[in-house]
Amino acid sequence: MKLLEVRNLVAEVDNKQILNGVNLTVNAGEVHAVMGPNGSGKSTLSNVLAGRPGYEVTSGSMELMGSPVNGMSVEERAHAGLFLGFQYPIEIPGVANMELLKNAIDSQRSATGEQEIGARELIQRVREVAKELQFSEEFLKREVNVGFSGGEKKRNEILQLMLMQPKLAFLDETDSGLDIDALQVVARGINAFSASDNAVVLVTHYQRLLNHVDVDFVHIMVNGELVKSGGKELALDVEARGYAEFLRS
Amino acid sequence: MSAQSPSSAHDFIGKEYKAGFVTDIEQETFPPGLDEAVIHEISKRKNEPAWLLEWRLRAYKRWLDMPEPTWAKVDFEPIDYQAISYFASPKGDKPKSLDEVDPELLKTYEKLGIPLHEQEVLAGVERDQDSNRVAVDAVFDSVSVTTTFKEELRAHGVIFCSLSEAVADHPELIQQYLGSVVPQGDNFYAALNSAVFSDGSFVYIPKGVRCPMELSTYFRINAQNTGQFERTLIIADEGSYVSYLEGCTAPMRDENQLHAAVVELVALEDASIKYSTVQNWYPGDANGLGGIYNFVTKRGVCRGARSHISWTQVETGSAITWKYPSVILRGDDSKGEFYSVALTNNHQQADTGTKMTHIGRNTSSTIISKGISAGQSSNAYRGRVRMNPGAMKARNFTQCDSLLIGDRASAHTFPSIESQRQDAVVEHEASTSKVNEDQLFLCRQRGIDGEKAVAMIVNGFCKEVFRELPMEFAVEASKLLEVSLEGAVG
Repeated sequence: MKLLEVRNLVAEVDNKQILNGVNLTVNAGEVHAVMGPNGSGKSTLSNVLAGRPGYEVTSGSMELMGSPVNGMSVEERAHAGLFLGFQYPIEIPGVANMELLKNAIDSQRSATGEQEIGARELIQRVREVAKELQFSEEFLKREVNVGFSGGEKKRNEILQLMLMQPKLAFLDETDSGLDIDALQVVARGINAFSASDNAVVLVTHYQRLLNHVDVDFVHIMVNGELVKSGGKELALDVEARGYAEFLRS
Repeated sequence: MSAQSPSSAHDFIGKEYKAGFVTDIEQETFPPGLDEAVIHEISKRKNEPAWLLEWRLRAYKRWLDMPEPTWAKVDFEPIDYQAISYFASPKGDKPKSLDEVDPELLKTYEKLGIPLHEQEVLAGVERDQDSNRVAVDAVFDSVSVTTTFKEELRAHGVIFCSLSEAVADHPELIQQYLGSVVPQGDNFYAALNSAVFSDGSFVYIPKGVRCPMELSTYFRINAQNTGQFERTLIIADEGSYVSYLEGCTAPMRDENQLHAAVVELVALEDASIKYSTVQNWYPGDANGLGGIYNFVTKRGVCRGARSHISWTQVETGSAITWKYPSVILRGDDSKGEFYSVALTNNHQQADTGTKMTHIGRNTSSTIISKGISAGQSSNAYRGRVRMNPGAMKARNFTQCDSLLIGDRASAHTFPSIESQRQDAVVEHEASTSKVNEDQLFLCRQRGIDGEKAVAMIVNGFCKEVFRELPMEFAVEASKLLEVSLEGAVG
């Protein structure tokens, strides 16, 4: 099943064209990696897909779960099953993690006509996932990302991913700023999430996360285009030789 | 639950001011206008002693010579004080028991979720929790309709009744304390109130008594073209404690109505008063038409050593709010606190804050103010911290945060610090920010509707103040915030 289809996507931020015709197809059960140098448009692709205000699509098309996203709000895209893992998870002072999680899960559920999650079920599920991600009990009481270390913030993104069970996860530089232990925890979370009915797109700068997560496809992004696609070996290639050859082309 | 998302935008739009209905009962209302004869008539209705009538008339004379304050950052057409009626009351004698109360009135309080039967509890509160009982004094326009739990409180020596009853039953306390914290000539609105005040609540907590339940007064404006001028007096005798809450609502009307109240708190040695307000007067419509002018003087005096007065206010209603709950820290080691959330939307204007006057030694005060401005509203914090020459080692901490929603609202801060002590410690922190677009995007990307997300973020911003409120009111306050923010996100 096709979860995402992007065709000739051209998009701009502040009247500056960043994406210059991106093509990408993601099917259920797949794990992709989008790699590229800084400023190549990787984060822009995630944000455009999520419908972030300020990111304008000027031409091309995007379909999520077979439906065009054109005209869908940020929330509607989320309800359709899109999850964005943030490169810089923001702090929300005064708002408890549990509150964010409950509201997020309930909004998804009400979009599909399901009942709200009960407090007990929520706490139980959060406890399980938190344990897997090596968060302490105290985590449940903390405010969203407030006072979190860089690694904790990234793990919190993965916690949200695992609890929300979206269909398509776009994880933007989830590996940046992580030490090796945290990287392994994050990778375990991604592997646990990955299943035959969902898909993951890892947006990353480096190859190192790919040592811990099995990817099916690697795409190289340069100057707002996916210039080359291949298997896992492509990532190793880039690791060894850098992006220089793609930049020249 | 229906398949329709309860957090989709359309559920928020059209959510109205819920307390905006009018109660259809026969009322006796004075014709508009104010002169000595009107004051005589009010006093007569209340069977007041001669000294109180004279007290009123003295206040009236002072008021006539006083100018209206113009320093606040609020803007409104001059009020015609002769166009207001100064007394409105449901017809008939004051009911002696609930059975005699007009059923329409009972229905009003039922609709508002205010329990007038003692076996009831505030809406949304678990029934069997003894600790959550709240005694209510219900003031409807110019009169108190009923006061609950009076007998039980009486058994503890606590006096909780309408101010009119207190004048009759406890004249010595009234004579001693009325106007002792907010003098008649304190300001224009306080002088007006002193001349025409109708009803309000009176609380006396005897020495060493911890009041066994929360006390509350619920103010309701119903009559048209009338002003409400209530007066509340709370005295906490040595070593006592009381937590008191007031709430207020009014019908939706196109014209503005004046509410000029006075609240006086007296805390004697080792006494502690916690005073919480959830102010939800009608704020006017989205175009700024109608709404209450909430011009209120609230002040407490920490008279005795180690006494403690804490004001917590959540201000979401009123077209204009002019209000500075203050503390005079006279007793050594006394403590004053002010926790405030003021939210303005549409065309609302708020100029609110506090004065902390340090007189005694080792006195300390804390000010936490959270202002949220949305729509085209204006929200000002005005604070004055004064350290008098005798206030050895006085301390103040002020934190004043403003949050802007949209780009047409404004936030202003007018802090003033006057210290005559070298050893005083005064800290002031202030911040102004916009609702962070990244926070909003994170919530929305997680599927949370934009309006809901803003409410959640704003609630988080107010957390430090909400946690000062009694539990059941904290829940109420955060719901109120959500409703008041409706339509604030474009």
